[in-house]
Amino acid sequence: MDCRDVQNLLHPYSDGELDLVRHLQIEHHLAECAACAEHQLGLRRLREALASAPLYHHAPDALRARLAADLRSAPATPSRRGRRRPRALLWATAAGIGLVAAAAVTTGALLSRASTSAETKLVEQVVAGHVRSLQADHLTDVASSDRHTVKPWFRGKLDYSPQVPDLAGEGYPLSGGRLDYLADRPVAALVYHRRLHAINVFTWPAPDADETPVRALARQGFHVCYWQRAGMAYWVISDLNAQELDEFAGLLRQHSAAPPP
Amino acid sequence: MRLNLDERGRFEHATLPHLDAAYNLARWLTRDDHAAEDVVQEAYFRAAKFFAGFRGGDGRTWLLAVVRRAAYDWLAKRRAWAAASFDEAVHDRGDDASNPESLVIRKADQQLLRQALEELSPEFREVTVLRELEGLSYQQIAAVVGVPVGTVMSRLSRARKQLRQRLAPCPGREE
Ligand SMILES: [Zn+2]
Repeated sequence: MDCRDVQNLLHPYSDGELDLVRHLQIEHHLAECAACAEHQLGLRRLREALASAPLYHHAPDALRARLAADLRSAPATPSRRGRRRPRALLWATAAGIGLVAAAAVTTGALLSRASTSAETKLVEQVVAGHVRSLQADHLTDVASSDRHTVKPWFRGKLDYSPQVPDLAGEGYPLSGGRLDYLADRPVAALVYHRRLHAINVFTWPAPDADETPVRALARQGFHVCYWQRAGMAYWVISDLNAQELDEFAGLLRQHSAAPPP
Repeated sequence: MRLNLDERGRFEHATLPHLDAAYNLARWLTRDDHAAEDVVQEAYFRAAKFFAGFRGGDGRTWLLAVVRRAAYDWLAKRRAWAAASFDEAVHDRGDDASNPESLVIRKADQQLLRQALEELSPEFREVTVLRELEGLSYQQIAAVVGVPVGTVMSRLSRARKQLRQRLAPCPGREE
């Protein structure tokens, strides 16, 4: 490990985010290298200053009281104890979908796992792309269940034309598409649904002509299937259960046999 | 659909202990007291709406992701985004020009520090607030912000570099 490597890793080192081996390597280097030690000192001083300055904004009591009151006055389902007159309408729609928030909790890969291989990196990007699409409430740029609307939408936006199979008959209706960015290139993202579960399908021209079967893995609470066929790479991700996502992947693979025009 | 009494209890238990964390993030992102309150209230409404999707676990991270989204919506609505966001290329001066020895932060400089943090672009400010003030791990920050852990790491180091650059060039300051 030279000084450059060390200085690049000083931040995760200082945050306690490195594995033990690298942590010790850096500790060792800092004991012997004045230049790197000086960098580390500067970083430490900044962090100490941030920690000691009164920068934290605590919630005002009035807000705390208001939220508690809102909660109490929210309409409850009249199943249990006495009912109250509904006041805070906003609470009334509570429960239900929860995709966005649930997805938000589960993203993020271990630092040590990142960049170990191109595929691992791609998995991470697929997960991040999926989470982003749910979080930003930006699942589709073109919202349509009609493949004849979605497919042409990509024309002029990509240098290839993705297959957009109609799987509504099998219980996986199309809900639209959007452009995303994966594997260092803009790619087509197709969005299907199974009940309330969004399924993202990322597809782009494969780097080689290999045909691969559907491979499946689970990452951070999501199920991922991926394969190559007819010159195209496919990555499918959802919080749908593995069984149904496998079924969906199988159907999609079946329908993606034709070479892209 | 609504929260029944059971769910409401669970919801309070999962979210109210993190009100300070929610407000702190909202306040740093909006840089405005009243806006921060509005954002937190909106976030709690949304969180209640999505509560069925909360499968237990890290309630703070879950809530903060909702707060962050509400804060960005507020920023977008107020068109503050353009004003608040800095061009990274302009403000990140690349290599670390600051001399660490000159970076001595005393009590008197706390106002300077607060200002430097407020002047960071929102994506740099949020990772700094979540790491330095909230003490979240890279993985938790990644979950809140919705980016890969590697992005958290690089944003955090760039944010700190910018902070040091903003704080360093005060000539003639003695140890
Ligand atoms: Zn060195």
